[in-house]
Amino acid sequence: MTNWIDIGALEDIPQRGARVVKTARGCVAVFRTGEDEVHALDDRCPHKGGPLSEGIVHGGSVTCPLHNWVFDLNSGVAKGADEGQVATYAARVEDGRILLDATDLVARSAA
Amino acid sequence: MQKLVVIGAGMASGRALEHLIEADPTAYDITLFNAEPRGNYNRIMLSPVLSGEKSFEEIVTHDEDWYAVHGITTRFGEKVVSIDRDRKVVIGENGEVPYDKLVFGTGSSAFIIPCPGHDLPGVVAFRDLEDTTAMSEASATPGARAVVIGGGLLGLEAAAGLRLRGMEVTVLHLAGHLMERQLDPSAGYLLQKDLERRGITVLTEASTKEIYGNGKVEGVRLVDGTDLPADIVVMAVGIRPQVQLAKDSGLAVGRAIHVDAQMVTSDPDIYAVGECVEFEGNVFGLVAPLYDQAKVLAKTLLGQDDTFVVKQLSTKLKVTGCDLFSAGDFADGDTREDIVFRDPARGVYKRLVIEGDKLVGAVMYGDTADSNWFFGLIKDGADIAEMRDTLIFGPAFQGGAQADPLAAVAALPDDAEICGCNGVCKGDIVAAIKAGATDLGAVKATTKASASCGTCTGLVEQVLAVTLGDDFKMPAAQPMCGCTDLTHEDVRRLIKASELKSMPAVWQELGWKTKDGCHVCRPALNFYLLADWPLDYKDDLQSRFINERKHANIQKDGTFSVMPRMWGGITTPDELRAIADAADKYGVPTVKVTGGQRIDLLGVKGEDLPAIWKDLNDAGMVSGQAYSKGLRTVKTCVGTDHCRFGTQDSTGLGIKLEKALWGSWTPHKVKLAVSGCPRNCAEATCKDVGVICVDSGYQVGVAGAAGMDVKETERLADVKTEEEVLDYTRAFIQLYRENAKYLDRPYKWVAKVGLDWVKQQVVEDVANRQALVDRFELSQSIYRKDPWAEHVAREQPRYAPIANLVQEAAE
Ligand code: SRM
Ligand SMILES: Cc1cc2nc3c(=O)[nH]c(=O)nc-3n(C[C@H](O)[C@H](O)[C@H](O)COP(=O)(O)OP(=O)(O)OC[C@H]3O[C@@H](n4cnc5c(N)ncnc54)[C@H](O)[C@@H]3O)c2cc1C
Ligand code: SF4
Ligand code: FES
Repeated sequence: MTNWIDIGALEDIPQRGARVVKTARGCVAVFRTGEDEVHALDDRCPHKGGPLSEGIVHGGSVTCPLHNWVFDLNSGVAKGADEGQVATYAARVEDGRILLDATDLVARSAA
Repeated sequence: MQKLVVIGAGMASGRALEHLIEADPTAYDITLFNAEPRGNYNRIMLSPVLSGEKSFEEIVTHDEDWYAVHGITTRFGEKVVSIDRDRKVVIGENGEVPYDKLVFGTGSSAFIIPCPGHDLPGVVAFRDLEDTTAMSEASATPGARAVVIGGGLLGLEAAAGLRLRGMEVTVLHLAGHLMERQLDPSAGYLLQKDLERRGITVLTEASTKEIYGNGKVEGVRLVDGTDLPADIVVMAVGIRPQVQLAKDSGLAVGRAIHVDAQMVTSDPDIYAVGECVEFEGNVFGLVAPLYDQAKVLAKTLLGQDDTFVVKQLSTKLKVTGCDLFSAGDFADGDTREDIVFRDPARGVYKRLVIEGDKLVGAVMYGDTADSNWFFGLIKDGADIAEMRDTLIFGPAFQGGAQADPLAAVAALPDDAEICGCNGVCKGDIVAAIKAGATDLGAVKATTKASASCGTCTGLVEQVLAVTLGDDFKMPAAQPMCGCTDLTHEDVRRLIKASELKSMPAVWQELGWKTKDGCHVCRPALNFYLLADWPLDYKDDLQSRFINERKHANIQKDGTFSVMPRMWGGITTPDELRAIADAADKYGVPTVKVTGGQRIDLLGVKGEDLPAIWKDLNDAGMVSGQAYSKGLRTVKTCVGTDHCRFGTQDSTGLGIKLEKALWGSWTPHKVKLAVSGCPRNCAEATCKDVGVICVDSGYQVGVAGAAGMDVKETERLADVKTEEEVLDYTRAFIQLYRENAKYLDRPYKWVAKVGLDWVKQQVVEDVANRQALVDRFELSQSIYRKDPWAEHVAREQPRYAPIANLVQEAAE
C-alpha cells in the first residue's frame, strides 16, 4: 500500500539541492537533481551521521558534507570504495508537486 | 443523414474530417464552427510566416473549395456559446444547429501571466494569425524592440522570427536554461549561444514583475529591477486547454476534457480531439499524438474499432540553423547510464540515456542528422547491447574515434592569448614550433610564453601537442578531477581565453566527461567563473560547499556555528549584549573566543540561522565569513591608541583593511594582521598579508603561513601611507584571485609563481597595480554585501523543512 503525501512544489527545492521533511523517525532529505528528478533518502550518513541534505548534488549522486562519501540517490548505496546504504522512500513529481510515499513515515508515528 | 457538428477548425479536427470524408463522404451532414474568421490551416507553420519565409496562403490546408465540394456548412468567425444536451443543439453567436453527434476540437489558448500591464495594447500571444500579423506590424517601425517572455519552443520561434524581421529582441526565461523541459543544461547552453550569435539577447532566471506603458506597451520591468523598453511584448509561457464550454455543458473535465481511447467524452454522443482532451492523465501539445487521435475519432464516428495509445514524442525547433532534438526520458536513474559526446569545435553535444539494453532518451544539439534513427530505437525499445560502445556515433559509424580532449585548444583562434604575462598568442607559439622549437624549454626561450608566472605551462604544452601530433610527449599532469583531463591551470586559462561565462559553457567547451560535474570541480569552477566574470556570472549556491551555501560552519552533529564580524577585533558593550542575548534566545551551547579575535556561537540549529542572523543584523553586525574561502579576519593590536610603543594606528588600519576586503571570494581563505610595532603582538608575520607599522611607515609582507605549514611572510614592499597599504593589499589579493589554483593558500601560489613576478605586477608596474585594484573593486561592487541579510531577505525558505509529517500524523 502506498500513501502519497503532497509535501510541496518542485520549485521549493533548488535544482541540484535538497530540503528536509521532518518525520517521527527523523529527517528525510528530498533531493532535486539537475534533471528535475526527486529522490527521498534518510538525512543521515551511515558513516558518522552527516546531514546528506546539505551535500553537493551532482548527476544522480550526493556527496556527504562531512567527509565526502558519495551516495547514489536512487538506491541510497555508497559509491566507490566506501560501504554503506541509506534508506530510500518513493517520491515523484506530478503537476509540479512533489509526492512522497509516507507509508513508513506517518504510520509509525501515529501508532 | 446524421447531423455532425464540429466546434473548432483546428489541426486535429481538420485531420479527423479528412479521414472521415475519405472513408465515407456520405456518412454525415457536417457543420463546422470556428471562432477564428477562417478555416483550417497549418498552425505550426505560423513560425515561418512570422519570419517571412512563408506566406499565409501557403499554409492553408483546406480552402473554400474543399468545404464546398464536400458539402460542409462552415460558420467561420462564429463562436459556439453554449450547448443544450437535452435538446441536442449547439448554440452559436448567430443561432442554433441541432446535432446527432458533436465533436469538440477547441484546442488551447495561450496562457497570459496576470502581471500588472498584461492587458495593455501591444501585449500579444503567439497562437493565431492575428497574433502573427500584430508582430509583423510591430516590426515595421525601424529600430523597434520586442521582448519575448518564455524561452520554450514557441517563444524562441517567435524571437527568431522577429529578429529576422530586424527587431531588437530580448528573450526572458524563468528557468536556468532555455527549453528546460526538452533540453539538459549543456544543450540549452549551445542553443543560447546560437541565438545570441543571431543578435538575440537571452536573459535566464529572469522573472517578470510588470509590463508598463501609457495607453500601450512601453517596456517590461523584472523583479531584479532590470528595465527593458519594448514596442511589443510576446507572451509565450504556455498553453491552457480551452474547456470552459465543455465544463459549462456538464461534461467530465479535469485538466482538459476527459475522453476514453475511442475519443468519447462522458456523453456517448459527444467526442473530443486535439489539445482540448485529457486521456489517462495526459494532455497534449504537439501535433503527432493529435493526428493519431484524429484517425481514431474518424473510425469511432463510422462505428469501427480503433484505440488511441500514447506514444513517445520528440521535439525539434523550427529555427533555421538551430539543430536540436530531444526525445524520450533523459532523467538520471540508478539503473541508467549516460553516454556523452561533445565536439567543442563544431558546437556539437549528444547525450544518450541507456537503461538495461535499451535506449530510453536522447538529447542532441548541433548535429541531429541521426536523430530519427535514435528516435526509432527509443520508440521500438530496440536491443542495443551489440552496438553499445559505438552507439553514439550513429548508424553509419560503428567503430569510431573518441572525442579529442585537445580539441578545445585546437579550436582556439591564432590571436587567442596564451601567455597573459608576456602577451604571447597561440599563433606566435605555433610559428615558433614550426620554426623548430619543439619542446617547452625551447618555446619558452624563443617566445617567452610561460616564462613568467608559469600558469600557462599546460596550455603551451597542449599547443605543442596539437601542432606536433605524435611527435610530442605530454608530461603527465594532475587533472582537476575525474570529470576532465584538464588541470586547474588549463581550465582557468581556457575560461578566460574562450570567454566561458557559465558552468554549462565550461562543461561543453572543455569537453567535461560528466553531465554536471562533481563535488570536486563544481566549487572550483564556481570560484573561477565569479572571479573572472564578476558581472556576467551568477554565483551558484548549489555548487558551493555547505558552509558557503548556508554561510555558517557545519559541525560534526549537523548544527552550525555563527560568528559575526568584529572589525579589527574591536567590539562594544552593545554588541556583546546582543551576542549574549542571541546565545540565550537560541540556546547556544558553546560561546567561544576564537583565535581570530572574535566570538563564536557554536551549536546553532540550521533552521534557526536566519532568525539569529536577523537579531545580530539588527544590532549592527554582519557575517564574519568564518566559513568562506574569502577574507576571514584582520587581527590588530592596540597601536598608538593605547600602547606606549605604538608607531601608527594599527587598529584603525586593520579596520580599514577589513572593510575594504570583506565579502570577497578568494581561491582559499585569506587572513591579515596589522601590528603597531615590530614586537608584533598581532602575529602579522605569519599571515597571508601582514603589516608591521614602523616610524617611517608600513612594512607589507605576504605569503606567510601558520596552519599545516609554518612560514614567515616575505616583504612585498615598504610604503609610507595607509592608502598605499590598502592599494598594495587589494592588488595582491586580486592577482591571487585571478591566477591561483582553487584551494592554494597565497603562500603556495607565491611559491609557484615567484615573489619577483608578484612584485613586478603589484609594486613595479604602477598602472597594472591600479588596474588590479580597479578589477577588485568592480568585483566588490557585487560581493561586498552581508550574505546574512541577503539570506534573511531572500533565501529563508531554504533553511526550514519543506514539510513536517510529525504534525500531520498527530492531527
Ligand atoms: C574557530 C577557530 C578555532 C578557534 O576556536 O579559535 C577555527 C576553527 C576551524 N578551523 Fe581554523 N579556526 C580558527 C583559527 C585558525 C587559525 C588562527 C588564526 O586565524 O589566526 C589558523 C592558523 C592560521 C592559518 O590559517 O594559516 C587556522 C588554521 C586552519 C586550517 C589550516 C589552514 C592551512 O592553510 O594550513 C584549517 C584547514 C583548512 O582550512 O583547510 C582550518 C579549519 C578550520 C575549521 C573550519 C575546520 C572545518 O573545516 O570544519 C574549523 C571550524 C570549527 C567550527 O566548527 O566552527 N583552520 N585556524 C578559529 C576561527 C578564527 C576566526 O575568528 O575566524
Ligand atoms: C506558432 C506555433 C508553432 C507550433 N509549432 C509546432 C511544431 O513545430 N510541432 C508541433 O507538433 N506542434 C506545434 N505547435 C502546436 C500545434 O499547432 C497544436 O498542437 C495544434 O494546432 C493543436 O490542434 P487543435 O486542433 O487541438 O487546436 P487548434 O489548432 O488550436 O484549433 C482549435 C480551434 O478551435 C477554435 N475554437 C475554440 N473554441 C471555440 C468555440 N467555442 N467556438 C468556435 N471555435 C472555437 C479556435 O479558434 C481554433 O481555431 C505550434 C503551435 C503554434 C501556435
Ligand atoms: S585545530 Fe583542528 S580541531 Fe581545532 S578547530 Fe582547528 S581544525 Fe578543528
Ligand atoms: S558523515 Fe558522511 S561522510 Fe562522514
